[in-house]
Amino acid sequence: MKPHNLGIIGVGQTTYVTRRDDVTLPELAREAAATALEDAGIEFKDIDGVVFSLALDALEGIEGGEKWCAEALGGYGKPFLRVHTGGAAGGSAVHTGFFHIASGHFNCVLVVGSEKMGETPDAQSVLNQIFDPIYERELAINAVNMCSFQAVRHMKKYGTSEYHMALVAVRSRKNALNNPYAHIKKEVTVDDVLNSKMICYPLKLYDCCPRSTGSCAVVLASESFIKKIRKKKVAWIKGVASCTNSYYMGDRMNGSCINDYADSEALFLAAKKAYNMAGINNPNREIDVAEIYAPFTSTELAAVEALGFCEKGESGICNEKGIFEMDGEIPVNPSGGVLTANPISATALARVAEAALQVIEKAGERQVRKVGTAVATGEGGSLQFYTVTVLSNKI
Amino acid sequence: MEGDQIFVTQHWDIKYNHAAGETGSTFFKAIMDKKVILGKKCPKCKRILLPPRSFCERCFVETSEWVNVGKEGKIEAFTIVYEKFEGLPNPPYAIAYVLLDGASTAIANFVKGIDLKDINQALNHIKVGAKARVAFKRKREGRITDFWYEII
Repeated sequence: MKPHNLGIIGVGQTTYVTRRDDVTLPELAREAAATALEDAGIEFKDIDGVVFSLALDALEGIEGGEKWCAEALGGYGKPFLRVHTGGAAGGSAVHTGFFHIASGHFNCVLVVGSEKMGETPDAQSVLNQIFDPIYERELAINAVNMCSFQAVRHMKKYGTSEYHMALVAVRSRKNALNNPYAHIKKEVTVDDVLNSKMICYPLKLYDCCPRSTGSCAVVLASESFIKKIRKKKVAWIKGVASCTNSYYMGDRMNGSCINDYADSEALFLAAKKAYNMAGINNPNREIDVAEIYAPFTSTELAAVEALGFCEKGESGICNEKGIFEMDGEIPVNPSGGVLTANPISATALARVAEAALQVIEKAGERQVRKVGTAVATGEGGSLQFYTVTVLSNKI
Repeated sequence: MEGDQIFVTQHWDIKYNHAAGETGSTFFKAIMDKKVILGKKCPKCKRILLPPRSFCERCFVETSEWVNVGKEGKIEAFTIVYEKFEGLPNPPYAIAYVLLDGASTAIANFVKGIDLKDINQALNHIKVGAKARVAFKRKREGRITDFWYEII
């Protein structure tokens, strides 16, 4: 059976901020959902299913927050699913919505993510809890040092430097100035990054994402639904794939080049599948813009290599050459990316939303010129779960 | 509206008693009783998994043989933490993944015995590829912190 064609017809985001004391988690979720429906030009009654991206319960302090949020998202009387693959949850939620519609059983699905990290006392003490209680949790491992482990391996294997990582931070923060939804809107220089406080070597304060509060939503619709409502601007979903790596980071540190922790191998495999589905043979030439889930500068370096934008180990040099700048060959994170806003449950969804805005040329000041194809990624757990979504302006 | 908001303060304080399982218990008992580090071998791909697991995720078979791995190895990845995180140790502290001799996978633990105050000095000792050895706590209690690494 050939899957039904579908695309994104509406996008909604709140401005990402440190905290929102004027709304609860469901109220916050509703804001992006209402905006996305308005953007799509449809009403709640047109939605025949809701997928909710919600990552770590302990970040919100609510066990199963989807229960609280279902009513705010039009879940009443309809199928409602919560999806959780850590940071990749937003990407997985889009894929879940994709398969709902591709199956032919659904016509219009609302995908929403909502996060209130302003109420989380210390995100890293929560993120320490993702590690197994027997062998690893008592070693104080958290999301920052789990990415530091990749960074030091990448540095050793390829000669990547803290300077290369700083270039990523400088570009992201510069791009974020064009994004009205970005949380961090302050430019930094390479020296600012290199001189910022050491958090977990080699990652310094400006190599790290903020803790953000906000929500994001997209409306997915089938080709027949899109024809019926005569929607013109559509970001067609041409490729979706995900891939899972080992839970244990140490399993990917055995000196072998295959599945090395330095390289985000599962992202490479997911990208290969998604590109294949979208008919992309040469990502370097065929992809016009990328929104990459990279909460730390070093994460993006490994990701651009895994996505095939450059050879393994060359991301540092490519950043020096400006290849990923707004006017470069493949602009990366025109929105400023995760380094300038990380509302975890909504973050990977925001990557898809931003990629969709690029494809339909509604990205405002952050619009990249001549976008035909865009790619968005998600990453969750101990560099474990990856999602890749390819969008196009052509069906 | 600011200042008019009402906040409801609540906290999670839930105590769990996690079973280490037969495999985990065998691993910890060998450390407690004999100061020995045990890995578990996959009969199919022959990888010696450390920390030991009762199955191999890549072959989808049960592991069978216990293997005594070396107490020395080399650092595969590390970090030195300078930031205080709630509920986690006071900085600075170093964590490393070490591929112990004979094992196919690296196992994490703290690195002790190096002054971490000056990061550049510390980085002369703690680096990817540096040799490290296992040191055991005198009073072992069946936890991963029963041992740590020292740089050779």
